[in-house]
Amino acid sequence: MSVFDKVKSIIVEQLGVEEADVNMEASFIEDLGADSLDIVELVMALEEEFDLVIPDEDAEKIRTVGEAVKYIQDHQ
Amino acid sequence: MVNRVLVTGLGVVSPLGTGVEPFWANLTAGVSGAGPITRFDATAFSTRFAAEVKDFDPLRYIDKKEARHMDRFTQFALVAANMALADAGLDLEKTDRDRVGVILGSGIGGIETLEEQHKVLLNKGPGRISPFFIPMMIANMGAGQIAIAHRLRGCNVTTTSACASSNNAVGDACRILQRGQADVMITGGSEAPITPMAVAGFCAMKALSTRNDQPQQASRPFDAGRDGFVIGEGAGILILETEAHALARGARIYAEVTGYGTSCDAYHITASDPEGGGAALAMSLALLDAGLSPADIDYINAHGTSTPLGDRSETTAIKHVFGTAAARLAVSSTKSMTGHLLGAAGGVESVACVLAIDRGVIPPTINYEQPDPECDLDYVPNCARVAPVRAALNNSFGFGGHNATLVFKKYER
Repeated sequence: MSVFDKVKSIIVEQLGVEEADVNMEASFIEDLGADSLDIVELVMALEEEFDLVIPDEDAEKIRTVGEAVKYIQDHQ
Repeated sequence: MVNRVLVTGLGVVSPLGTGVEPFWANLTAGVSGAGPITRFDATAFSTRFAAEVKDFDPLRYIDKKEARHMDRFTQFALVAANMALADAGLDLEKTDRDRVGVILGSGIGGIETLEEQHKVLLNKGPGRISPFFIPMMIANMGAGQIAIAHRLRGCNVTTTSACASSNNAVGDACRILQRGQADVMITGGSEAPITPMAVAGFCAMKALSTRNDQPQQASRPFDAGRDGFVIGEGAGILILETEAHALARGARIYAEVTGYGTSCDAYHITASDPEGGGAALAMSLALLDAGLSPADIDYINAHGTSTPLGDRSETTAIKHVFGTAAARLAVSSTKSMTGHLLGAAGGVESVACVLAIDRGVIPPTINYEQPDPECDLDYVPNCARVAPVRAALNNSFGFGGHNATLVFKKYER
């Protein structure tokens, strides 16, 4: 499974959105309905899935699905 | 002027079914909701059965993402409240939402969430605790989520008085309406305590029945063979309205809430006062508040948890308050069927009282086989009774010595 597909399945599970809505341009807050608690939970799930530590200052910069995928690819 | 307060909607999630009709059908048919525990592996527990809510799929009622962020007790509360609102036929678009409030009772709140997150803490460390842990766990979130779901901006509180929580909630909601501080109150309570920690805790207190080979016969209030309560889960919700508000919208009226009395044993952390003094005080205050005399009451939905001491002291208290009128009184414990829903007990049992008045049927105390000489009232043994109920009392007593009694009355204009 690609990084994007793994990220997508986590987002679908956690944010309760449709798979079709999860694309690289989608913003977590504006397009996928996430609030600040959802973002914290999502970052935690990504850390677990990809065995990463995402510092708060980096997490704050991740606003779209594409930015999350890129961050993971750059840090794996 | 004190407003009259009417019951105009009911909602139930219970071990006897989800929805008022299955609940009432099973309650009057004498069906037990108890069975082996399926929520967790109870093999090592001294009590391995409970009255679980079966076939409850939150996704049938709640959005998937929302449901993930609600403890089971909050899911029960929200689903029962939605049912009660629908039952009341209340069009919130035409209602002043500043004057609709919520007061629920819960004894423990989100203990399942607490236990799961504590495992995370031990296994993965503090950095993996969910940001939803606190908002899922806190006992007031049932009331909070109901308000959010329906944008209800009135008074929003949760009462915690252990197993008296819901009766205190209904009583306090009634007071708000009597004083004219709201038009509509959603009230009752919710509990989801069938978790390893909660069951182990009650086991340690020797509070639970250990009749593991006969779960459905284990809750036997007032019977000589009773050996403890059967833990249950669920929610019971009532829609209360001021008389003026209910009549103006042509609401169907189930009953009137006319009395509320509350007291404390001030005796022991868990054991009830054997003389029943605190319970008697709550009942007397409720009757006084309702302006009724013992002869006006036809039915008491007893606290009756099936513990050796509790059922005896409640009987003593009833006899003390009712005197000669106790002889013609029907007293039943629906916990014989639902199990003990702890902080939600008063909510579900208020629904039972309201339906008894509305439908003229008194639900029974099942598993009543061998009379206890010290429990000598008419407990409506084993079979529901068709009888007019002019007014009913609902008793709930909790650890800490809390006592709360409500009076429901047939509504007459």
